[in-house]
Amino acid sequence: MRCREVVELMTDYLEGALSAADRARFEEHLAGCPGCTAYLEQLRVSLRVLGALAAVPVPEAQRRELLAAFREWRTRV
Amino acid sequence: MITIFDFRPAYPWPGVERMVADPDLEAVRSGDEAAFEALVGRYHGPLLQLATQHVRDRGVAEDVVQETWLQVLASLERFQGRSTFRTWVYGILINVARARRRRESRLLPFTSLFRREGGNGPAEDPDRFNRDGAWTTLPARWDGLPESRLLSQEALAKVSDAIAALPEKQREVILLRDVAGLSSEEVAGLLGITPANQRVRLHRARAAVRLALEDYLE
Repeated sequence: MRCREVVELMTDYLEGALSAADRARFEEHLAGCPGCTAYLEQLRVSLRVLGALAAVPVPEAQRRELLAAFREWRTRV
Repeated sequence: MITIFDFRPAYPWPGVERMVADPDLEAVRSGDEAAFEALVGRYHGPLLQLATQHVRDRGVAEDVVQETWLQVLASLERFQGRSTFRTWVYGILINVARARRRRESRLLPFTSLFRREGGNGPAEDPDRFNRDGAWTTLPARWDGLPESRLLSQEALAKVSDAIAALPEKQREVILLRDVAGLSSEEVAGLLGITPANQRVRLHRARAAVRLALEDYLE
């Protein structure tokens, strides 16, 4: 495997979607390649930043309205 | 915090889903206000991001999120547990957002219609590799970067912009998988695409986000 190909397989690797044979070849390449190792690390860092995008506070008015709706719902069921 | 990697298979055999505990569903059904509030808080960012890709305007997107929760409460009794609770909620949001967009479509510029899907070529720039397919310049190591820089408002804004610039189909996948933290099976099921297709879109989207961060960090 070449770096150019390894890079295109990185999401499949991270998602656990490679066959056992491909996974072994992928990891073998990685063990000897600082460039691909760094790229994979960059992708993992990117995933952490993406996960951090989820932290958005609920606006106060919206929060209050939803809680009121929840209380109302609770009395109905 | 949202779990980024979730390799659990999505209920591989029929009928089992009704026996598997779904803590998010229980949080609502329990009637516990604090649990519901925590749930709404946890879902808010991903739901808002996803709504924003359909309706663009932030205020309208917030309305879409609100309407989604109201619909969740209104139809919870009819929820069959055929998917996970969160997949069900995201499905409702997508429907609400699409309906809202249809209503307002005459007012909105459809930039995404003119965007190309990116073809079938490699996600990474071919110029980064030599004729033998090896790196011309090695990617930089990011493992020593301080958290404060990585998760700064500026870095998050760059990533948001990169997502906004993606073709819609890629944007939807990366928001559901990497921001909302749905499993790849849940994403594929929700969007009605194959897992392989889901990964192709995801890979392109992640490559674009990585590039945006590289531009910012280096």
